[in-house]
Amino acid sequence: MTQNADHVLDHFELFRGPEYQQMLANKKKMFENPRDPAEVERIREWAKTPEYREKNFAREALTVNPAKACQPLGAVFAAVGFEGTIPFVHGSQGCVAYYRSHLSRHFKEPSSCVSSSMTEDAAVFGGLNNMIDGLANTYSMYKPKMIAVSTTCMAEVIGDDLNAFIKTAKEKGSVPNEYDVPFAHTPAFVGSHVTGYDNALKGIIEHFWDGKAGTAPKLERQPNEKINFIGGFDGYTVGNTREVKRIFETMGIEYTILADNSDVFDTPTDGEFRMYDGGTTLEDAANAIHAKATISMQHYSTEKTLPLIAAHGQEVVSFNHPIGVTATDEFIMALSRISGKEIPEELARERGRLVDAMADSSAHIHGKKFAIYGDPDLCIGLAAFLLELGAEPTHVLATNGTKQWAEKVQAVFDSSPFGQNCHVYPGKDLWHMRSLLFTEPVDFVIGNTYGKYLERDTGTPLIRIGFPIFDRHHHHRYPVWGYQGGMNVLVWILDKIFDEIDRNTNVPAKTDYSFDIIR
Amino acid sequence: MSLAQTQSVAEIKARNKELIEEVLKVYPEKTAKRRAKHLNVHEAGKSDCGVKSNIKSVPGVMTIRGCAYAGSKGVVWGPIKDMIHISHGPVGCGQYSWAARRNYYIGTTGIDTFVTMQFTSDFQEKDIVFGGDKKLAKIMDEIQELFPLNNGITVQSECPIGLIGDDIEAVSKQKSKEYEGKTIVPVRCEGFRGVSQSLGHHIANDSIRDWVFDKIAPDSPPKFEPTPYDVAIIGDYNIGGDAWSSRILLEEMGLRVIAQWSGDGSLAELEATPKAKLNVLHCYRSMNYISRHMEEKYGIPWCEYNFFGPSKIAESLRKIAGFFDDKIKEGAERVIAKYQPLMDAVIARYRPRLEGKTVMLFVGGLRPRHVIGAYEDLGMEVVGTGYEFGHNDDYQRTAQHYVKDGTLIYDDVTGYEFEKFVEKVQPDLVGSGIKEKYVFQKMGVPFRQMHSWDYSGPYHGYDGFAIFARDMDMAINSPIWKKATPPWKAAPKPALMAAE
Repeated sequence: MTQNADHVLDHFELFRGPEYQQMLANKKKMFENPRDPAEVERIREWAKTPEYREKNFAREALTVNPAKACQPLGAVFAAVGFEGTIPFVHGSQGCVAYYRSHLSRHFKEPSSCVSSSMTEDAAVFGGLNNMIDGLANTYSMYKPKMIAVSTTCMAEVIGDDLNAFIKTAKEKGSVPNEYDVPFAHTPAFVGSHVTGYDNALKGIIEHFWDGKAGTAPKLERQPNEKINFIGGFDGYTVGNTREVKRIFETMGIEYTILADNSDVFDTPTDGEFRMYDGGTTLEDAANAIHAKATISMQHYSTEKTLPLIAAHGQEVVSFNHPIGVTATDEFIMALSRISGKEIPEELARERGRLVDAMADSSAHIHGKKFAIYGDPDLCIGLAAFLLELGAEPTHVLATNGTKQWAEKVQAVFDSSPFGQNCHVYPGKDLWHMRSLLFTEPVDFVIGNTYGKYLERDTGTPLIRIGFPIFDRHHHHRYPVWGYQGGMNVLVWILDKIFDEIDRNTNVPAKTDYSFDIIR
Repeated sequence: MSLAQTQSVAEIKARNKELIEEVLKVYPEKTAKRRAKHLNVHEAGKSDCGVKSNIKSVPGVMTIRGCAYAGSKGVVWGPIKDMIHISHGPVGCGQYSWAARRNYYIGTTGIDTFVTMQFTSDFQEKDIVFGGDKKLAKIMDEIQELFPLNNGITVQSECPIGLIGDDIEAVSKQKSKEYEGKTIVPVRCEGFRGVSQSLGHHIANDSIRDWVFDKIAPDSPPKFEPTPYDVAIIGDYNIGGDAWSSRILLEEMGLRVIAQWSGDGSLAELEATPKAKLNVLHCYRSMNYISRHMEEKYGIPWCEYNFFGPSKIAESLRKIAGFFDDKIKEGAERVIAKYQPLMDAVIARYRPRLEGKTVMLFVGGLRPRHVIGAYEDLGMEVVGTGYEFGHNDDYQRTAQHYVKDGTLIYDDVTGYEFEKFVEKVQPDLVGSGIKEKYVFQKMGVPFRQMHSWDYSGPYHGYDGFAIFARDMDMAINSPIWKKATPPWKAAPKPALMAAE
């Protein structure tokens, strides 16, 4: 017996003891009908070969370890960015349990969201009654200022009509007639979570600007000097949104953050649970129509929202999750151009500090090869940053990336000599990435938590940047946007590089000559 | 901080009843009526907890429940390690449940083992419109090509499958024939079926009956020499290694575990189970169906047990031994005696730190009752409990064997109710899931996830109890809870008297 009351062993150590090891070996041998270990080894090696890679890339139907989620997750993420808003997902209830768990595991925060809990009878007769009862209950219990409705694939397949359902629910008195219930159809079988973000945000903006589904007059745009800002589906929303606010304030620009969920995903522990916190006020959401321009940090998170905004007469500008010097320059210069405000010296100094840091450390990054996967915009932002560090983003993969996205990534490659041998993989998954890491190895992989399987299997060290990050804490509190954000990304990359150098030089009397104290 | 300590049972009952009345006020009338049936104060001596259960959740209330897919793929089938489980439909379900349940296993992932992988048909609009059967067939071909050492495939249906009329049974049969009788199991666990995870468990159990057991030739020779001491562990998902710290005890008492359902389980183990002499059942809720079936069809008795905390473990070991001869009975006593010093040491260390602390639980299949004994071994008291997806037989077992007079009972609790209950009862610890964790921690209430063991574990067996005790202590006695209120906002201390 290895367990001990004074030094309790949990799963990390307990099962490594001889009793458990013997037990597990017996279990395998006698009852699992195991494969011949030589055969396992043969297949394991075969799975590393170019031949396997070719078969793997020939897949047409099967997806293995995708790096994307489904639309309603993004819709929920966007909805909680509005003041006092509860997301209401029309369809099966299990989905909502999944979104809430997923977001809580990333942010280590509560995630409030309700379901209309449709079951078999609703599948046959439609979910109207679920909508009627559901809205009434949510309204009574949680006293939201707004209920933002989206759908699961079940409701989409049976063709429930949200507009008509919400109208009927209001007629039946579920919520007051003038109460805000924006909606968006968010079928899980179209696009990904970034599409869902886009649809939900578009639904909310349309609701406020275009007459609340025919129940109010459409707003008339009275242009002012404000700038609207949209972050897109962003795992770093807490750190990023706060950093962007600081930049706006430093520049003296009046702004509205649309879907500001930076507070609701970062509430204090002080004895009170805040189901709602912060967020774009409904008044600001409506008044955002008057803004001079809208800036989106993530083009692919706002593909439908931006044209809607543009159609109301605003200038719209989109970026691809800008990270680093040049991308941030473009962002800041766009702010300056649109607002007519000069870029303050303070930001120039911050820029200079980032350039300084990159210069100090570039020798350790220069020429290193990276694989990147994640959401389409994040991939572009990271690839561009690596290129300006003199590194090579050798493989760039987005499961939810399209052909047009791939062309854009290629253009980023083409803009730098370091992009010459780089390749982009739209619509591929992490099992494809696994093959790539074997057949065309790189020094580091940048991705979300699931990359740890790639790290284990291929030995490529993982730098955790993306969504979701479940197994490291609090990184979402740091910005990756702005010059300060670029600094954070630089440090995360460098830390991993130095850790690897140390790890590879720490064998006494063998490799310790490079185990330097100064690097 | 616990109020319970200073109140009589009658006072507690009155307070709890008042509390229930109070939370019901928030609902529209129709909902209040429905929810009232799920909330109660337990009366000692009653045969159940006096609540309705396994009924549809009310729309819009923030139920904590999941769906049938979660019950089948996430719970029953997912841990079977040498089979590939296709999340059939859109990408999300498989993504959110990917490796989230910590069903530990040994194996070469991606080569002969596949638990922590996400295989999906990633349905697109055209699959909804034209049907997904052809795609499914192709997926099976691609699996065979790229993962040749898989021992079988299951098709875990997501919502659209049943709505668009796909015939996954036909595809599975066809492909099984093509691959020389390969085990391919279609599972109709679409998320809209039933009212919670629970129906998914049942459907998954039935699919093992129909597509695994019924495919075995009745006269096929066993793959190993049977012994009179062969048992199968049913309903242990090996979360954090739970099944392992259970198995070791059964083996130490002289039994031979021929199968684990389904944590660290394999197809061969499922197939071998009808040869067991006894099925020992931990999670009754999720696997009573297959246990009953094996009893009826193969004459295998089954026996519920509880491996949380030394009192229940000893009781269970003796109960299991009761099905066997003296050799095993002596074995059980030997095991209990062997671990007694460890248990004494654990209790000596942790009980003084936990004595009198109160707990509120809200969990899934077996834990709302099963862990009560473990808390009591540490001198703690469970003052409220409820099931996410329990049935009446769960509440009967709870009432008859576990909860105390006056315990607050809440079935399929809503976010609102749970929050209010905890606010008023002020337990020293809440044990529930990830969706609840941060809500209560924000309120300054210590919390442990009782689905995933908060990434710790195992909690089963004697080895697990030491970890359980450590973790509860760590949660409740963490210094951080004293910091929730800034010192300048804390209630002023009474002024010191000069005479002191």
